[in-house]
Amino acid sequence: MAEPTKLAKDDEPQDDATPNVSEVETVEAASEEEAVAALDAHVERGEPILQVRNLVKHFPLTQGILFKKQIGAVKAVDGISFDLYQGETLGIVGESGCGKSTVAKLLMNLEQATAGEIFYKGQDITRLSGRALKAVRRNIQMVFQDPYTSLNPRMTVGDIIGEPFDIHPEVAPKGDRRRKVQELLDVVGLNPEYVNRYPHQFSGGQRQRIGIARGLALNPEIIICDEPVSALDVSVQAQVINLMERLQDEFNLSYVFIAHDLSIVRHISDRVGVMYLGKMAEIGTDTQIYDHPTHPYTQALLSAVPVPDPDAREGRERIILTGDVPSPANPPSGCRFRTRCWKAQDKCAEEVPLLAVPERFQGTDSPAAHESACHFAEEKDVVHAA
Amino acid sequence: MTIIDKPADVPAPRPDTDSGTPLLEVRDLHVEFKTRDGVAKAVNGVNYTVSAGETLAVLGESGSGKSVTAQAIMGILDMPPGRIPKGEILFRGEDMLKMSEEERRKIRGRKIAMIFQDALSSLNPVLSVGYQLGEMFRVHLGLSKKDAKARAIELMDRVKIPAAAARVGDYPHQFSGGMRQRIMIAMALALEPDLIIADEPTTALDVTVQAQVMDLLAELQREYNMGLILITHDLGVVADVADKIAVMYAGRIVETAPVHELYKRPAHPYTRGLLDSIPRLDQKGQELYAIKGLPPNLTRIPSGCAFNPRCPKAQDICRTEVPALSLVTEQDGTELPGRGSACHFWKETIHG
Repeated sequence: MAEPTKLAKDDEPQDDATPNVSEVETVEAASEEEAVAALDAHVERGEPILQVRNLVKHFPLTQGILFKKQIGAVKAVDGISFDLYQGETLGIVGESGCGKSTVAKLLMNLEQATAGEIFYKGQDITRLSGRALKAVRRNIQMVFQDPYTSLNPRMTVGDIIGEPFDIHPEVAPKGDRRRKVQELLDVVGLNPEYVNRYPHQFSGGQRQRIGIARGLALNPEIIICDEPVSALDVSVQAQVINLMERLQDEFNLSYVFIAHDLSIVRHISDRVGVMYLGKMAEIGTDTQIYDHPTHPYTQALLSAVPVPDPDAREGRERIILTGDVPSPANPPSGCRFRTRCWKAQDKCAEEVPLLAVPERFQGTDSPAAHESACHFAEEKDVVHAA
Repeated sequence: MTIIDKPADVPAPRPDTDSGTPLLEVRDLHVEFKTRDGVAKAVNGVNYTVSAGETLAVLGESGSGKSVTAQAIMGILDMPPGRIPKGEILFRGEDMLKMSEEERRKIRGRKIAMIFQDALSSLNPVLSVGYQLGEMFRVHLGLSKKDAKARAIELMDRVKIPAAAARVGDYPHQFSGGMRQRIMIAMALALEPDLIIADEPTTALDVTVQAQVMDLLAELQREYNMGLILITHDLGVVADVADKIAVMYAGRIVETAPVHELYKRPAHPYTRGLLDSIPRLDQKGQELYAIKGLPPNLTRIPSGCAFNPRCPKAQDICRTEVPALSLVTEQDGTELPGRGSACHFWKETIHG
């Protein structure tokens, strides 16, 4: 794990970068016991279960072998705030390199955040350690992208799904584990008799089901899915998506669903956040983002999605962005999207736009009134045929 | 800078210059591989034709035989373990499978070129891109190193790589994914071939870059009036650029149709299932339709129609008789040009 780097003075994230997020009710736990007990608290449906505030992750760039000197930082995640409500699915979309997978790792506490807080039921998990951290990890599980590399080829399916029980023995007593594993296989639609098989005996879709079963083993409350279906074929993709939706209802799960396929994200998500170069560009409900996007990047992204219908396609306006995503080690000043934006003006180079409801839409009932980090936010429907 | 444009009109496929002989014709092609578990029949009787200026999209899931067909056409199939027991691949009327290795080498690259899926692993990491692009000119045309380099810069300009002259000495890792794919396209274009086979050219790219690359490919195709075989599993990409589509399943073509027709009225239950199982951007669906089951193991393809264990319409005849790719007609019997379906119940599927 990389050592936490100190932020340079002028890199300090602005506290008011996202003025619209709700207040966090923090829980002050004096001892480890209290902290663990607070994590068992019940969260009502629709209440925030995970609150992320000004999350920053910079990876240091060093020079020299013996005397390492930091010469800069890759700003993978640079001040992100959002809430995840109990029982909902929050989709996070963006191009490769925009920091969405780093967000997933930070939420799992697999990477140490450079700055910012992640509150799970009111406790900042970036500061927890020992038993409390272990309890948090039990409640936040992950499903990985590549079902071919995320399963150990030398372990049987039973061992893979049962491994979480070795770390958290309180969930399933030793004698009960085999039955528990078979139950899990049944839940994800695999034959319970497959416990002694090895991963290579399964197809891609079946392996992803094994990955999901492992994620479910500890009865978590939140599952973070990092591109869970992008390695699968179309016909199998639909099976896995349907399974995930069914499991959400059955076990009352909250999902953070990270993907680059915008159609799938719309299908599964209640709310969607669009990321660009380590910042959130726009966030809102699926209707707000897909039918009434106000950020130019979201509009470009949506209009570039190939639509499987040649007739609808022909009436559509397309925005084709030129160039590639700039390097996160040296992002553009002001608005990070300005180098590829057709609306960019001088103001965009000087001022960082805040993630807030654009002024012109404030106080209106219009679906365009959602948070968008653009100086010149404007509604434009790019999904539906003109 | 950004270009906002209305989609360009897709030009009608130009009539063939060579009096009706299509550019490429694949006839009853079979490919099999010897494996420890028996013989895997990857391609089982594929027929298709491509004319100059036309785009044929071959659609299928992994293991449907779409890439193996392309490799057989290019002559880059690993043999053994691969074997072509039957079939013809006619390029301008001549069977390439009967040619000598030397004759095929002359066609490969100069007449038929290929764009591979993963640009990073298809380019040599220890040679500069200029050297790799120039190789085409040095080997095929016998140009000097200096001339080859000048031509390489020209090519990089043509595929719109900024500052081509400055970047010609750079190595593949110094380019982004989209730029690397442009280099692959440049390499395929180098000798202005008649036919390009693009095997999942945009699968590894982000949507915004994907749109750039597909646009470039379509533009260059128009410019040179090339034939293009686009191999993909993405129904969205196909809808954009293809003139006609061939849907493959378990090594056979199960449906062929002009692009608009296929999306409007699929004539095979597999195609219908595929179309129903993709989530749509412009509407929030309920539960997705999922084709149940898994694609078949190619060493044990089900008897009869290979799709029968997964098909909602399967009857007894589907389990015993292999359906031929039959012509699809309107209800009153008028022929639908270019349409075919390998289903016993295509009538019910298209008209029902």
